[in-house]
Amino acid sequence: MKHHCEYSLFALVCLALPVFAQANPPQSGRDFQGKETRALEADEFANPGMLWVEQGAKLWREARGAAGKSCADCHGDAKQSMRGVAASYPKADANGIPPGRRVLSLDQRINACVESRQAARAFAWESRELLSLSAFISHQSKGLPIKVDITGSAAAAYARGKALYFQRIGQMNLACTHCHDQNWGKTLLAEPVSQGQPDGWPAYRLEWQTLGSLQRRLRACFFGVRAEQPAFGSDDLVALELYLAKRAEGLPIAAPGVRR
Amino acid sequence: MTARLRVPDTARPGDIVEVRLLIQHDMETGFRRDMQGRAVPMNVITEVRARYGESEVFRAELGSGVSANPYLAFPVRALKTGEIRIEWVDSAGVRGGVSAVLNVA
Amino acid sequence: MAGVEGAGVRRRSVLRAMAVIPALANIRNATAQNFLPPQDLRPFIDKLTGGAVVKTGKVTMDMPAIAENGNSIPFILRVASPMTAADHVKSVHVFAPRNPRPLVAAFHFGPHAPRAEVSTRVRLAGTQKVIAIAAMADGSFWSGETPIVVTAAACLDEALG
Repeated sequence: MKHHCEYSLFALVCLALPVFAQANPPQSGRDFQGKETRALEADEFANPGMLWVEQGAKLWREARGAAGKSCADCHGDAKQSMRGVAASYPKADANGIPPGRRVLSLDQRINACVESRQAARAFAWESRELLSLSAFISHQSKGLPIKVDITGSAAAAYARGKALYFQRIGQMNLACTHCHDQNWGKTLLAEPVSQGQPDGWPAYRLEWQTLGSLQRRLRACFFGVRAEQPAFGSDDLVALELYLAKRAEGLPIAAPGVRR
Repeated sequence: MTARLRVPDTARPGDIVEVRLLIQHDMETGFRRDMQGRAVPMNVITEVRARYGESEVFRAELGSGVSANPYLAFPVRALKTGEIRIEWVDSAGVRGGVSAVLNVA
Repeated sequence: MAGVEGAGVRRRSVLRAMAVIPALANIRNATAQNFLPPQDLRPFIDKLTGGAVVKTGKVTMDMPAIAENGNSIPFILRVASPMTAADHVKSVHVFAPRNPRPLVAAFHFGPHAPRAEVSTRVRLAGTQKVIAIAAMADGSFWSGETPIVVTAAACLDEALG
């Protein structure tokens, strides 16, 4: 009888939880931009993010570090070797670079290669080089659906990311879900609230007047709700990226996007 | 400095073609501060010149009111096969250039 | 008595609060660099025209009616002209009177320009009327103006300035 009561209570609590307006099917951040911003993203020539893609293509072929190797020396033509890669990140790295590391974001995976294979110094977060390579690699997955592995060693990161997504934070006491599940499509001042999808990242943001990573965008959200910002490359941000990628599954990669 | 220039692959004599240009440049206004609160000095592309063969077809003087990573597009009348050559300079005196051949037949 | 004293405290609090308001206004002014009032363009225009009459017409600008970010607004400028040796546009100057530097850009067209037309992207510091003045080969000046609403960002960002 006691057990029965507990189960009933559990069921009641479950029912009482608000039914979230799940982002299903997921909708690209592009759809929440104004007409001119969408047009800029669609314009393969004028999309400013393509400048970073072009620079990334150059860096891909440049030898670097004590090993004197370029990305292309190991990976060949990125058109084939990098096709679909960005759509599967963050990812628990099978090759163990660096050893013992769990889940890596694409930026971290690039830097792991730079350090271990090229024997060069890792690129700084948000540096032109790192953004160029990540934009170039992400662009090779354009049109391919996001699909991430959350099993095995990625399971813990996924759980952490999901918990963070629903965790109220900051002076505004808001969780990601409050804007991006419960209120997407509504407007905040003059701007429609998006679903917070990662498909267009790295993206050229008009507010920044430059290309930036998804982690920079996430940090801006932390700032927006007046919460302490996790550091670039922190386990929290990588976990959040993984949760967002899982949540976005099926959405085609559209990097580099353009956002207001 | 990365830049992109696009002209049509081919044109017929007398055609009006569009020249499109995109230059990677911060177009720093001088009004921004960095994350340490220090003023970032102004540095913008001040002038862009476009030549088609021997003649200047277009020139722009830009200021801080032009967006970062400036985009410019303008029409040119195709006369004969020749190089479209774009050159620019910024406030720091750094020069850049990009060119493409317009095939006219 | 207690009630009266209470009211006195409230009054003092209100007075103190009011004294704070001008200070707050100053902070706003100090940070509101993006929201300058329109500047008088006459000195800029006189320098350009040498005091000649500027007629209205021939110059059009294509911009969205509402821009969602002032940092990058698509902008197309056109001047009606046959663009012949005798009758063509020499230059066009574009002014945004609420920008800290009102002269946005100047465009010069060469002998092969089939049309006086250019497309770019501009920064506008707030809602305003953008003005363009074309100098013609015959020495005349023509102008056009286009209003635009520039909205502010809803989400704060870590970026300064």
